[in-house]
Amino acid sequence: MTPLNPILEVSGLTKRFRSVDAVKNLSFSLSAGSIVGLLGGNGAGKTTTLSMLLGLLVPTTGTIRLFGQDFIRNRHKVLHRMNFCSPYVDLPQRLTVRENLHVFARLYGVNKGGGRLKQLAADFRLNELMDQPVRRLSSGQKTRVSLAKALINQPDFLLLDEPTASLSPDVSVWIRQCLTDYRDQTGSTLLFASHDMREVELLCDQVIMMSNGSLIEQGSPDEVKKRHGKNSLEEVFLSLNQEDPR
Amino acid sequence: MSLSSVGRISALLLRYFYLLRSSWPRVLEIAYWPTVQMIIWGFTSMHFSNSSPELTAGGILISVVLVWDSLFRSHISYTLSFLEEMWSRNLANLFVSPLRSWELVVSLATVSMIRTLIGMVPAALLAIPFFGISVFDIGLPLLGFFLNLVFTGWAISQAVTGILLRYGLGAESLTWMLPFLLAPFSCIYYPLETLPGWMQLVAQYLSTTYVFEGMRALILRGEWIPQLLWHALLLNAVYFLFGLGVFFLCLSSARKRGLLLQSGE
Repeated sequence: MTPLNPILEVSGLTKRFRSVDAVKNLSFSLSAGSIVGLLGGNGAGKTTTLSMLLGLLVPTTGTIRLFGQDFIRNRHKVLHRMNFCSPYVDLPQRLTVRENLHVFARLYGVNKGGGRLKQLAADFRLNELMDQPVRRLSSGQKTRVSLAKALINQPDFLLLDEPTASLSPDVSVWIRQCLTDYRDQTGSTLLFASHDMREVELLCDQVIMMSNGSLIEQGSPDEVKKRHGKNSLEEVFLSLNQEDPR
Repeated sequence: MSLSSVGRISALLLRYFYLLRSSWPRVLEIAYWPTVQMIIWGFTSMHFSNSSPELTAGGILISVVLVWDSLFRSHISYTLSFLEEMWSRNLANLFVSPLRSWELVVSLATVSMIRTLIGMVPAALLAIPFFGISVFDIGLPLLGFFLNLVFTGWAISQAVTGILLRYGLGAESLTWMLPFLLAPFSCIYYPLETLPGWMQLVAQYLSTTYVFEGMRALILRGEWIPQLLWHALLLNAVYFLFGLGVFFLCLSSARKRGLLLQSGE
C-alpha cells in the first residue's frame, strides 16, 4: 500500500553484481515523518539498498523518487536535504570533533553553523569532547559524533546503517531516544537498517524485511507480528527464513 | 561558480588546513624534501662547476631540479590529500554530501598549489644564500615553466586518484611511481638529442620535454623560445582532459560497483 504523502518511492530496484542479484525488484514507499526499519540478516541487501538510496551505488534497474525528484538522475537537487550515519564510514580521525562538525556544516551550507554546533554539542552531550581529536574517542563517543554530523543539516531524510552496532545497551537506548526526539521535533523521515529485531520493534513505525535481496514482508511491527501469529519480529523473521532457507 | 560551490570548496580547504595544523610532521614534510633536493643538487652543482663547468652554467642544474620538483610536489600534494580521505574512510561522507565531483577536483588542485608553493618557495630562496643561484633570475618565463609542470602533475594526479577509487589502496604505489616513469623521457638534466631514437619519439609527446628544453635554451643560450612553452601548454591541456576523463570514468565505475562505501584495499 502506498502511504499518504510519500517522500520516497522506490520501484523495481535491482542491483546485480556480475551474476549475483544483491537486491531484487525492490519496491516500497516511505511517508513523511515515519521511522522505518530495514530488517534482514547478513547479506540480505540492506547496505546495498541504503547505498543506492544515498547515490553511492547506481542501480542496475529501477527508479528512486525522493522529494519528487528522480534521485538517480538528479541526486544533487536533494542531497542537501538528507544525511547518513554508518559504522562503515569514519570521520577524519586527526580532526577534532568541533573541526569535523564545522567542515560538514560548511559542506552542507548550514547558515549560522556555530549555533548549530552548540545545539548538537548539547543534544549529543559532546561539550566535553568538542576539542578532542576523533581518534581519541571511544566507539560510543564516535557514534554520538557521527550522529551529530548526520544531523548537522537537519535532514528531512536520515539514513542510518546499524548506528547502535557494538554499543552498550544504555548508550543504544539513549541514541534511540535521540532519534525519536529528532523525528518528533522536525517531522523528518528515518530509514534505519539493522539486524537487531528488538531495536527495530522499539523504534520503528514500519518495517521492511529483506532476505536474499528481496522484500519478504512489510507493515507496522504489530501488523507483521499479527499476520504471522508471532510475539516478536525476530520470530517472524526466523519463520520467514525457514520458509525460504537460502 | 555559484556561492554554494565556493562554500563547499572552502569547506574542503578548511578540512585540509585543519589536518595540516594537527600534524607537524605533515607540515615539515612539505618543505623538507624540496630543501633536501636543493642542498644535494646544490653541492653536486658546485662539484661539477669545477670539473665540468658546461654542466652547471647559469645554475642550470639546480634550476631544473627545483622546477622538476614542482611537478612531483603538485602531484603528491593533490594525491595525498585524496588519499587522506581514503585512509580516514571519509570518502562516502563526501560523496553523499552536496559536494560535486568537480568541486572535489578544484579543492584538491587548490590545496596542491598552496602546498607546492609552501614547499618550493623556501627551497628556491635558500638556494640564493647557500649556492648563489637564484631561480627567480629566469624572470617571467619561470612562471610559465612552473605552471606547466604543475598542470602536468595535476593531470597525473587525476588519473591516479581515479585509479585509486576504482582499484582501492592496493594501487597506492602508482602515486609514487608514475612521475618517475616520466622522468627519463622528460630531458630534465640532458638535452633531447642525448636520448636514443625511440625515447626521443616518446619524449616529443611529453609536455615536460618542452619545458626543460625551453629552460636550457633560456639559461644556457639566453634564448627565449615561447613556442616551446605553448607546445607544452597544448600537450598539458590534452593530458589534463585525459586525466579528468580517467577520474570521472573511474568514479562512475566505482558507483556502479559499489566501491564508494567501503573504499580501501
